[in-house]
Amino acid sequence: MNVQINGEAHESVATVIDAVAAVTEARRGIAVALNGEVVPRSEWDRPLVDGDAVEVLTATQGG
Amino acid sequence: MDHHTAAPAATQPVPPLPHTASPAAPYAAPATAPHTGPGAGLTIADKTFTSRLILGTGGAANHAQLAEAITASGTELVTVALRRVAPTRPPSDPPASRHPTGSLLDVIERCGVELLPNTAGCFTAEQAVRTAKLAREAFGTNWIKLEVIGDEDTLLPDPVELLDAAETLVAAGFTVLPYTSDDPVLARRLEQAGCAAVMPLAAPIGTGLGIRNPHNLALICENAAVPVICDAGIGTASDAALAMELGCSAVLLATAVTRAADPVLMAAAMRDAVTAGRAARLAGRIPKRHLAKASSSFEGMAEL
Repeated sequence: MNVQINGEAHESVATVIDAVAAVTEARRGIAVALNGEVVPRSEWDRPLVDGDAVEVLTATQGG
Repeated sequence: MDHHTAAPAATQPVPPLPHTASPAAPYAAPATAPHTGPGAGLTIADKTFTSRLILGTGGAANHAQLAEAITASGTELVTVALRRVAPTRPPSDPPASRHPTGSLLDVIERCGVELLPNTAGCFTAEQAVRTAKLAREAFGTNWIKLEVIGDEDTLLPDPVELLDAAETLVAAGFTVLPYTSDDPVLARRLEQAGCAAVMPLAAPIGTGLGIRNPHNLALICENAAVPVICDAGIGTASDAALAMELGCSAVLLATAVTRAADPVLMAAAMRDAVTAGRAARLAGRIPKRHLAKASSSFEGMAEL
């Protein structure tokens, strides 16, 4: 299975929480979009399918 | 805070910068300011702030300097952007290099200020609405600084997309603070859409050009029933003071502080400028005159 996480290809990720863990240790201040739609934290156990695009986002400096 | 400590005796003494003169309370505002006290705060939606300065975090050289600038500015609300998490460094790296000062959220929390996420970088209403929803999920706040940009070079707002996004987000329960052009009609439309404040620019983001159209800004302030926050384009303290004198409820700035030669000193200057500008507005300035009016009476002049 091939999943894009923050624009990079990953293979061994089964759920949203796996995708988060693949790019950060942090859990606070993190939001996830799956194929452009927000995934609430309560649904992070949602399974991923081949071709999914996951964005894992957090706070950065900005005006 | 290293530069607050006394220099070693052997070195040539250097006069302290104004904001470092009193390490015990280096940034304390004058307690006797006439416009402080009950009812003097800035109320936006359900929150009231003592400070009328909102600080953007963009451009700060590092977290330590940002924390000092936040403290010096006296702000109670700082903006952040939402971006992809930085790739995790390998576990073999020493912990200090992996998280040298903790996350930006740690810095903000340590400063004891609230966080205002923005939708910076969005060019469509759809993008901005999605970003706002992600920010709500990430930070647990329904407050959003709404930015919908229409031009890459000037970063000026796209008024059509902005109003569209504002209507959608208000309907979705957000407290919307839109970054807008200094157009009184658009500001009124945003207010009518249910925005909690309107945030007209002084000049394009990051230019430091100051208030390009003070008349428009004054018109917006006169007509608005929600707080008007001058956002973007501030270059120095006099710009911030002028915004307040024109009737703005608050000023939002980032670059003017974070890219100043001494960001912490500029943060203190901005704090004082906003305070002074607000006081001057409340005090009521004298009318401008074409010719002089003696401030010393001619009555009782000696015949010499």
